[in-house]
Amino acid sequence: MSNSHPIVRFLRRNAAGYLFLTPWLVGFFVLTLYPMIYSLWLSFTNYNFTKPDAMQWIGFGNYLKMFGSVFGLSQFTAATGDAMHIDRHYMKSLSVTFTYVLAAVPLKLTFALGVAMLMSQKLRWVPFYRAVYYIPTLLGGSVAIAVLWRKLFEKDGLINAFLSILGFTDLPGWITNPRYALWTLVLLAVWQFGSSMIIFLAGLKQIPQEYYEAAGVDGANKVHQFFFITLPLLSPVILFNLVMQMISAFQVFTQAYIIGGGGGGVLNSTLFYTLHLYIQGWTYYEMGYASAMAWVLLLIIGVLTALIFRSSRFWVSYGTGE
Amino acid sequence: MGRGNNVKTGVALRHGLTHLFIIALGITMIYPVLWMIVSSFKPNNMIFSDPGLIPKAVTFENYAAGWKGYAGVSFGVFFTNSLFLCAVSILGNLISCSLAAYAFARLKFTGRSFWFAVMMVTLMLPAHVTLVPQYILFNSFGWVGTFLPILTPKFLATDAFFVFLLVQFIRSLPKELDEAATIDGCSKFGIFLRIILPLALPALVTVALFTFLWTWDDFFNHLLYLTKPPIFSVTRALRTFVGDAGAVSNWGAALAMSTLAMLPAFLLFFSLQRYFVEGITTTGLKG
Repeated sequence: MSNSHPIVRFLRRNAAGYLFLTPWLVGFFVLTLYPMIYSLWLSFTNYNFTKPDAMQWIGFGNYLKMFGSVFGLSQFTAATGDAMHIDRHYMKSLSVTFTYVLAAVPLKLTFALGVAMLMSQKLRWVPFYRAVYYIPTLLGGSVAIAVLWRKLFEKDGLINAFLSILGFTDLPGWITNPRYALWTLVLLAVWQFGSSMIIFLAGLKQIPQEYYEAAGVDGANKVHQFFFITLPLLSPVILFNLVMQMISAFQVFTQAYIIGGGGGGVLNSTLFYTLHLYIQGWTYYEMGYASAMAWVLLLIIGVLTALIFRSSRFWVSYGTGE
Repeated sequence: MGRGNNVKTGVALRHGLTHLFIIALGITMIYPVLWMIVSSFKPNNMIFSDPGLIPKAVTFENYAAGWKGYAGVSFGVFFTNSLFLCAVSILGNLISCSLAAYAFARLKFTGRSFWFAVMMVTLMLPAHVTLVPQYILFNSFGWVGTFLPILTPKFLATDAFFVFLLVQFIRSLPKELDEAATIDGCSKFGIFLRIILPLALPALVTVALFTFLWTWDDFFNHLLYLTKPPIFSVTRALRTFVGDAGAVSNWGAALAMSTLAMLPAFLLFFSLQRYFVEGITTTGLKG
């Protein structure tokens, strides 16, 4: 057995592993790698799903269509010789999404950390509280909650009913007012702080109680303890939550779609990036352009993730608290 | 003695206040959900005028109206479709993800760490870069308008989160059991089936749970692929209550069906809470 041919031995050693891995490998090649290469190629074409035969290579045309307005263009001549129009709504979708990510992620994490710290005290009923606080996260991404959110923030909705009881008058329809619509979605995101909270809670439990006792003996007050013990020891967990929440915030779709009634809302005030991508790809069938948008999204998320990891060496501390 | 008592009362007071604060905040947070449930039993014309939780009149009209469904297809069909999607997805994920996880966690083969790294990268990949080609591919199979584009990927372990969760769990199991079974003449597949799977049951429950929730709540894929009312899922059907301009014609029915749509998540959460917390803390699963 042991002196059989090297190839036979190689196969014998690896066959089991690759056999077990086969479903995942097929999935990876057919549903991830091949589609990625294909969509990168499509992003340089004017592929339209309804006119596949008319597809032509247009170089960076789709990318110029996105960012042309930065150079003051309104249209340009594509590699095919045809005129291409700049996407007037692309920059809006980018600013809506960035505003959302920059507002929702820090607010959500701050809120989650605050509540986690409240609950990390030795209190009774914490599992029950934790469950109740997790309910919005459990339901939050669903169409049902998005429908409810519309109802809450309409002109004659629940929020205004409460505000008028408190004596406010002349209340706007929060969803239909372009100044506030995006912020109702930020609020919806912050409301779903449950899973970040649970991760913070687990992280807080890892911090040895003696650190606080020792600091207390040395005369450090609660604020000092928070900044010099809790935050540094929790920083790897904060990094993890920050990256995960950032990645998913860039991809928000359902809530925006339902609240905007399938579009970007009033004056495109809730035209999220993925919503715009969906409209381009599946309303206008401009799938070459939608692919280009997807690749830009991947680049944005990739660069930001890399930047956060780069910066982490300045604010994340490892090695203690074990 | 007196001083000790003072400290004790101080701590008790502080804890009491914390409890009060947590409860008040908690009620504020789940008020919208409670209001939704209560309002689904209010007559349509009283929903808007009444921000309170105690209905002045109770009716089941909204449920009757909502259950009629969309385009002649009742909500019963939508619920059956959603449950079917969830059941098959759970089966697919349990099989495919545990096979891959066992290979990564226990088997030695050339390229293991490479493929593991690849798997971890796909975990962070936004789905949008594969969306268009997947759609073109599924369309060329004639699968748009069927359940297949949603179900097939589940049998190919595309939810890397679950593979990762299971890898973590299987790595924590004692290796001696595998070794003993090998000496007794058990094959790799036998070890997987008889030792790893039974021991990994808690992690498998977590996988099943989150597969259920994500499939039940998924909207984007349902919007793309479930194109005809007879195969609509619950989420896809709920969207029909919201008109294209965002106006809702029958709020009572919309809230009633939304309440029903949330019911499975509620029931699962309160019966299997432990698995939720484990799933979230080991992999940071988003709910």
